Amino acid sequence: MASDIILLAHGDGGKLTHDLVTELFMKHLGNGLLEGLTDAATFKVGEGRMALTTDSFVIDPPFFPGGDIGKLAVCGTVNDLAVSGAVPRYLTAGFLIEEGLPMADLERVVASMAETCREAGVQVVAGDTKVVPRGGLDRIFINTTGFGLIPDGVDLGYHRIAPGDMVLVNGNMGDHGMAVLTAREGFGFEQPILSDCAPLHEITGLLAEKLSGVKLMRDLTRGGLATSTKEIASSAVCDIWLEEAAIPVDPVVKGASEMLGVDPFYMANEGKFLAIVAPEQADEALRMMREHRYGRNARVVGEVRTGKGDCYLKTALGGTKYLDMLAGAPLPRIC
Amino acid sequence: MCVAVPGKVIEVNPADNTCIVEVFGVTRRINTIMVGEVELGEYLIAHTGFAIEKLDLEEAMIRLKLWEEILSYADPGQVS
Amino acid sequence: MQILDRFRDPVVGRALLVKVTEQAKEVAERLGRRSVFMEVCGTHTVAISKAGLRSLLSEYIDLRSGPGCPVCVTDYGDIDRMVAFARTPGVTLGTFGDMIRVPGSFASLEKEMAAGADVRIFYSPADAVEYARTHPDRHVVFLGVGFETTAPGIALSILQAKAQGVTNFSVLTSHKLVPPAMHAIPADPELRLDGFILPGHATAIVGRNAFQFVADQYNLPAVVTGFETTDILDCLHNLLDQLFQGQVRVDNGYSRVVKDEGNVRAQALMEQLFEVADVSWRGFGVIPASGMVIRPEFADFNAEKRFTVNIPEPRIPKGCRCGDLLKGKINPHECRLFGTACTPVNPIGPCMVSSEGACAAYYQYDRRGQ
Repeated sequence: MASDIILLAHGDGGKLTHDLVTELFMKHLGNGLLEGLTDAATFKVGEGRMALTTDSFVIDPPFFPGGDIGKLAVCGTVNDLAVSGAVPRYLTAGFLIEEGLPMADLERVVASMAETCREAGVQVVAGDTKVVPRGGLDRIFINTTGFGLIPDGVDLGYHRIAPGDMVLVNGNMGDHGMAVLTAREGFGFEQPILSDCAPLHEITGLLAEKLSGVKLMRDLTRGGLATSTKEIASSAVCDIWLEEAAIPVDPVVKGASEMLGVDPFYMANEGKFLAIVAPEQADEALRMMREHRYGRNARVVGEVRTGKGDCYLKTALGGTKYLDMLAGAPLPRIC
Repeated sequence: MCVAVPGKVIEVNPADNTCIVEVFGVTRRINTIMVGEVELGEYLIAHTGFAIEKLDLEEAMIRLKLWEEILSYADPGQVS
Repeated sequence: MQILDRFRDPVVGRALLVKVTEQAKEVAERLGRRSVFMEVCGTHTVAISKAGLRSLLSEYIDLRSGPGCPVCVTDYGDIDRMVAFARTPGVTLGTFGDMIRVPGSFASLEKEMAAGADVRIFYSPADAVEYARTHPDRHVVFLGVGFETTAPGIALSILQAKAQGVTNFSVLTSHKLVPPAMHAIPADPELRLDGFILPGHATAIVGRNAFQFVADQYNLPAVVTGFETTDILDCLHNLLDQLFQGQVRVDNGYSRVVKDEGNVRAQALMEQLFEVADVSWRGFGVIPASGMVIRPEFADFNAEKRFTVNIPEPRIPKGCRCGDLLKGKINPHECRLFGTACTPVNPIGPCMVSSEGACAAYYQYDRRGQ
């Protein structure tokens, strides 16, 4: 690339845009569908249900311990498809870039996206780039829309949830949220907490396709485990009880959250999901998750009961806490 | 008001009155002026980047023993 | 950390809970009513709610929250002043996290941020000094909110700024002292308290002796305690015991950290940088000698001396009962706005916003069945 920073002209649609696409984007993301550089990607899908989702990524900082905005942009959308029971196939990627962003940073983000796409078995088949004047946005924002196919026989949804169902998670809660919170300036932790950002298509695919008793899966992003559980309870019109002692939290994350005064059950995750599973298949689901590298610390953390949509946490002391959705950003407490 | 956690001293820097404490695996540098000299292995209470007191392990043991006494009363109805 | 792990042992916690419940029942039978204890520390409010203790013990003990949340007791006028500083060009307002969403008369710092103000969260005031040092084009005004636990660190940060020649740093003080506010509580005839749960770390600074007046002057038992569930249960065990026996003492249940005389170095720092002043507390009005302001010799680090800001008359929202709540007169559920007009997403008063505010804690953890 001739320039070492992004200029307004890179978003113009002219020569510089063309160079950016062919020399940077194509270099990392190039594939059959993208190569033609047509106005739209065209492809056949066949019969069966499809899944479509979109998400925008504006994370600050764009490079954080354990990942970056590129990896996140792929995982976030892939995971939304994955927990819906779909096999992720195609992504679009829209880039909004601030004038002056170092070219090396953009390349790093795109290379990371490409690597993650390879792991997730998806291809970026359509893209767009816009550049705004300095100050118009913070460095780089990415939007990805994801498309996937739902195999026959996979039927996930609120309608399937019933009292007695078990709630499982695939590992430690709060890693991503804490990683980002502690990476921001002002929080001088000397040992970085790593984001858990990861594509979950394989582990969710195993569950959805092999176990008919898997009723619903949910990506546990903003708002954390507690918020998602409350949403499910409300939508499925049932009560959900979680057991505090059973919910896995990395001791380092726990320590940092005590220091800062935030709750890991409300912190974002980017490589964690919950699964609602019929009780007779819960053990099998747990075993399958633990055999997968993104499910080593999977646990049964709660159960569904008859109710009106309330969510409760049984504390280690035997007390009961009423859980609600996160209201406002999780501010660090100090005094 | 008092969010502060006990951290173990893992590195001492008397030259600038700081030390590094470890709290459940997370490490942070804190200022030690308010607690004077610190030694490796000591426990400090850290609040907003400052050690505000030392944690006395002997006193901690005494407290734990007190609880053992409280909990081992034969007559559950007795109060003292 | 094996010894310290014992303090977090759920087995010990459950055993203590059984003990305390039995005790509390006996006391309730003898009194003909529930015993009433007040915690005076926001961190205790949260710890109690989080452990589910309030509901677990509610049959026999009425646990009330007092003015222990430094953010909540910050008066409207003070918040309006902070907002005015945030609007001052060239100023970077540094703060601990809690203050951001607290509503003043007209705006909150969060809204000011959305409107373009430069407000930053710092874990430590020392980080704010460092930020000032590396950003000479900005003036960092740090919000000095907190009780005795926090003030010494802010004093130290001012000294560090002075030693390093950092001139673009100042503090907007809103420091408050715990003991003077506590005088206002037992004196109130409407409150019928049986004892206090005293703050752990604020007492570590000022010393157990500073609270002896609770027994001597007001004839109420009080116990200093730490923040583990086991600590709080141990504290209740002591308070119930004193109540049952008709004894009145100020005991130190956090002896592994708190000394009778407190931390003299920290006290000396506060003495060096601050002088005691009459300040206004939300809900209480002006309490004599209850706050700290920066001494004249450190005027260069006093934000109010470095800047002149205009603040309109404070305006108190109708129906807000934060004041009564902070005095322990009501529980959050008794405020008509709780959970309806006033929620964490749309807070009317600070008690619902600050994560140590009683309303926020109750909303998050204690809402069931109320």
